[in-house]
Amino acid sequence: MEANTRGTGRLPAAFLTPGSSSFLDFLAEHQPELIPGRRGLPEGAVVEAPHGTTIVAAVFDGGVVIAGDRRATMGNVIAQRDIEKVFPADEYSAVGIAGTAGLAVEMVRLFQLELEHYEKIEGTTLSLEGKANRLTTMIRGNLGMAMQGLAVVPIFAGYDLDRGRGRIFNYDVTGGRSEERGFAATGSGSVFARGSMKKLYREDLTADQAVTLVVQALYDAADDDSATGGPDLARKIFPIVSLITEDGFRRLTEAEVTEVAVAITDERLTRPNGPQAPLI
Amino acid sequence: MSTPFYVSPQQAMADRAEYARKGIARGRSVVVLTYADGIVFVAENTSRALHKVSEIYDKIAFAAVGRYNEFENLRIGGVRYADLRGYSYDRADVTARGLANVYAQTLGTIFSSVGDKPYEVELIVAEVGRTSDNDQIYRLTPDGSVVDEKNYVVVGGNADSIGNYLGQRHRVGLSLTEAVKVAVDSLARDPNGGSPRSLTPEQLEVAVLDRQRFQQRKFKRILGNQLGRLLDGDQSAEADDEDNPADTAPE
Repeated sequence: MEANTRGTGRLPAAFLTPGSSSFLDFLAEHQPELIPGRRGLPEGAVVEAPHGTTIVAAVFDGGVVIAGDRRATMGNVIAQRDIEKVFPADEYSAVGIAGTAGLAVEMVRLFQLELEHYEKIEGTTLSLEGKANRLTTMIRGNLGMAMQGLAVVPIFAGYDLDRGRGRIFNYDVTGGRSEERGFAATGSGSVFARGSMKKLYREDLTADQAVTLVVQALYDAADDDSATGGPDLARKIFPIVSLITEDGFRRLTEAEVTEVAVAITDERLTRPNGPQAPLI
Repeated sequence: MSTPFYVSPQQAMADRAEYARKGIARGRSVVVLTYADGIVFVAENTSRALHKVSEIYDKIAFAAVGRYNEFENLRIGGVRYADLRGYSYDRADVTARGLANVYAQTLGTIFSSVGDKPYEVELIVAEVGRTSDNDQIYRLTPDGSVVDEKNYVVVGGNADSIGNYLGQRHRVGLSLTEAVKVAVDSLARDPNGGSPRSLTPEQLEVAVLDRQRFQQRKFKRILGNQLGRLLDGDQSAEADDEDNPADTAPE
């Protein structure tokens, strides 16, 4: 047991030292080996590990929607068909992750804990910008691993209670973050998803329309990117879609997502390229 | 050369215990009791910022009386302990018993170490179980003893007289409204037999570990209007919109 490091069973001094409200800082000082990015790989080593692919997010009137496909790939092999890549970060934010699945999932756990820890110690929640900045720190800490092929690139979406609207932050491997207006995509299928949303996105979307938008975008990503999974009607595996509004985080039920995904798939039977935007 | 006074170990320990006890007795009390859906914490505390009752982990909460900087330090240590343990093992592996143990070791070591002054704090660590039979409440004294309490516990000044009153009034399976009323009545009593004071919501800090919450984290503060209505005996205040599960619970 980690609290028992000196054989007395009492809390080690580090636990009782006043200071940072950050769990990450505490971990860095007390047990650095538990931080995902701190485990160095041998020079020149290349590890093949499952990669998660496409995440999309869009702002609508009253909140933000974030969704991810369900595929993880390892080279040309489909490593997992039902992986989950969109997670609640806390009550008013969510994070969706593309990149090395194992590291990403661990990083999300740590990020969730970081926000919860701050909330418990300080008795108040971080601002949305503050949360986004904490994620920057974690991605940056992973740069060494990223350079050896184990990159993690998330999208962070949340409802800003101070400003009363949904916001999206997109990250690159170095932790650089940019706030996106309207919609964002990351991962291998992001190019196609972004193209799709570019034609379909409007600023006055309702929550339901925004859900349709992101599922369309994932369909288009899966259509052109082999690493992104489309709706799997045979196995009943559909994207994970989560809404964040003033009422907090809510993951759509399987039934809700199935309805949208099946409607889109049906429509594509007659028009395989999906809805058409006017030429001018 | 002067010879230091000889103080027998018994005397030294008794002096330390007395010192800690006096420090604790100066503070106002905290009452913790079980009710049908969990455990309720009621403290007399006029501060909105400095809490006597806090969340430690999913099902575990902490209450303390005594010297603020000392118990705040222990609280933060407890949160770090719980979060680290939950991160390296699993959330289910963080237990009140484990936490009570490290607190006991910490307090006990400080109490008997000659260089340190004993902590003037008394702590409660409580964990809400899946059913009321599995609820756990531990009381920790400054010398590091752990007492496994059933149903209710009081720490702070007047703990004895408040405890007696609670012993007569507390039943298993109280509703939240009833439990808060019993707790507030017990705090408002005058230990010298005078007429009871009247405590307003502004003077109270109330929180629950509610096993019916669909969220993973069962701790919840009862604030403002909701507390006012609860003190007025309004049963509807027990429910909170936030506690109604959405179609799917976040994981």
